[in-house]
Amino acid sequence: MSTTLAPGATPTLTAGPVGGARRPSGRRPPLLASAVLLLGALYCLLPVLWVVTAATKDNTELFSTFTFWPSGSLLDNIRELSAYRDGLFWRWMLNTAVFAGVGAVASTLVSGMCGYAMAKYRFRGRNVMFNVLLAGVLVPGVVLAVPQYLLLAELSMTDTYWSVLLPSIISPYGIYLARIFAAASVPDDVMEAARTDGAGEWRIFTRIALPVMVPGLVTVFLFQFVAIWNNFMLPFIMLSDDTRFPVTVGLYSLLNQGASQPALYTLVITGALLAVLPLILLFLLLQRYWRVDMLAGAVK
Amino acid sequence: MSSAPTAGGVGRRVSRTAPYAFILPAAVLFVVFMLVPIAYTVFLSFRRTQAIGLGLGPNSREQVFAGWENYAATLTDPELLDSTVRVLGYGLILVPVMLGLALLFALLLDTPRVLLARFARISIFLPYAVPVIIASLLWGFFYLPSVSPVTAVAEALGLPAPDFLGLDNILVSVANIGVWGGVGFNMLVIYTSLRSIPQEVYEAARLDGCSEVQIALRVKIPMVMPSIILTSVFSIIATLQVFSEPKMLSPLTNSISTTWTPLMKVYRDAFIANDIYSAAATSVIIAVVTLVLSLGFLRLVNNRAFGGEQR
Repeated sequence: MSTTLAPGATPTLTAGPVGGARRPSGRRPPLLASAVLLLGALYCLLPVLWVVTAATKDNTELFSTFTFWPSGSLLDNIRELSAYRDGLFWRWMLNTAVFAGVGAVASTLVSGMCGYAMAKYRFRGRNVMFNVLLAGVLVPGVVLAVPQYLLLAELSMTDTYWSVLLPSIISPYGIYLARIFAAASVPDDVMEAARTDGAGEWRIFTRIALPVMVPGLVTVFLFQFVAIWNNFMLPFIMLSDDTRFPVTVGLYSLLNQGASQPALYTLVITGALLAVLPLILLFLLLQRYWRVDMLAGAVK
Repeated sequence: MSSAPTAGGVGRRVSRTAPYAFILPAAVLFVVFMLVPIAYTVFLSFRRTQAIGLGLGPNSREQVFAGWENYAATLTDPELLDSTVRVLGYGLILVPVMLGLALLFALLLDTPRVLLARFARISIFLPYAVPVIIASLLWGFFYLPSVSPVTAVAEALGLPAPDFLGLDNILVSVANIGVWGGVGFNMLVIYTSLRSIPQEVYEAARLDGCSEVQIALRVKIPMVMPSIILTSVFSIIATLQVFSEPKMLSPLTNSISTTWTPLMKVYRDAFIANDIYSAAATSVIIAVVTLVLSLGFLRLVNNRAFGGEQR
């Protein structure tokens, strides 16, 4: 995948003068461009705005009042949802936090160590490992869920927290990102100096490499966090006991029952709002850590 | 690529085992949760069960080698063909629309003096923070006639409300969820690579008399081609795996069958029909097709997009 322009290379502009003389574009803001962007923003905000108003309505209002007009039942809805089967919903939220939080931390550590070793050591089998890893990036992750189920069923490990947690930890893409980041940020001469001073390899990793890799590892963490939070098929297949469900699978099962009992729709909608809020907050707070340039730079 | 520490230099010798120790956790997990399941699935795809003796009692079935039987059955299965065609249609709507919008928004964000750029950037990226399954839930209610705001607005205006969940529209409705969830992330990838283009390039183009639109078409788009290719490959991979969106919508409509997409068929075969052997064969076929398509696409566009740059 090393086909792009080298970063920082001065590109040669092959296009000659085109279109002849043109009026200078002036100093006024481009209104049409702004309007199109605003439309895009509305399209993206609309369902989120809708769920906010819908969650304030009770069962009858949901089907009768104008959709974007809020009502006053939000707290009642939350109370009702919390009461549903002794707070099963909050159990789902907790499960999600465990799967995504613990899974992403473990994944970041494992990826960080592996990526660092691949970037900073030359050892037998490195190239083979790297190629296997690249193939792993392209292997469709969701397709793996069924094979993983078949194997874990063979080991009688399905329907446990481990069956969802463990497969989430390995992330070829995370390793790939960590490797790029380690190569770019961990200085060889400092590592050499530490070795001369008698530091062990683990100490060099924890004291020298980890601190400089932190911004990259935060990106890996966030990326993995969202990926695990998003993964529906794996927990959907692995788990049958609904007290172990993450919130996504829980809401699906609730909607499934709602198809015959539309009274549950209010609970589903309120649940969707409560489930989506923490992630949106996290995302807005950690905005500056969304190093998309790094994700994009992965092909460079 | 980094240079490895020089062995036999001034310092102590680099431990030979250290890199393996760092890699060990990842390697074990990679083998256990990727390689072994893949191998096991390939193995299962060549097996079938067969009755022993009269075929009665709990241990009356054994697993035997089946040759290409499961593959032959899968490949001639009209349900798989239907779901494949459906997913191709879905991809043909989703990938160009999503990436087209992502490119358009990225170029607009990069336009000098555009208003509300920060607000638009955050809003358009926001759906990325919404899990696919919850996005499908939100849009599902949007599509559901009894709750839909669109139906409410259409009724208020005396217009016929579109039937989003009907057979005619369901493909577009599902694709819309993918567009909604994916446009922001792809926009940001493309926007970021736009920002890394040195400003002098634009100065030169402006001096040559290019308008902003011409700069976008002739300078910016060719230069962000690598990002577009990357996002295309990821989108194609994602398309073939579509499962969550239709699964979430299925309780709300009869237009989505249990074999609506290839992965839904795998799920049905493995967990409802209890035929893990043909589910395994179908999984292998999906994985191979995905790999071939994404590698093929990478190769194709690499030749097209960069053939000229190596001059």
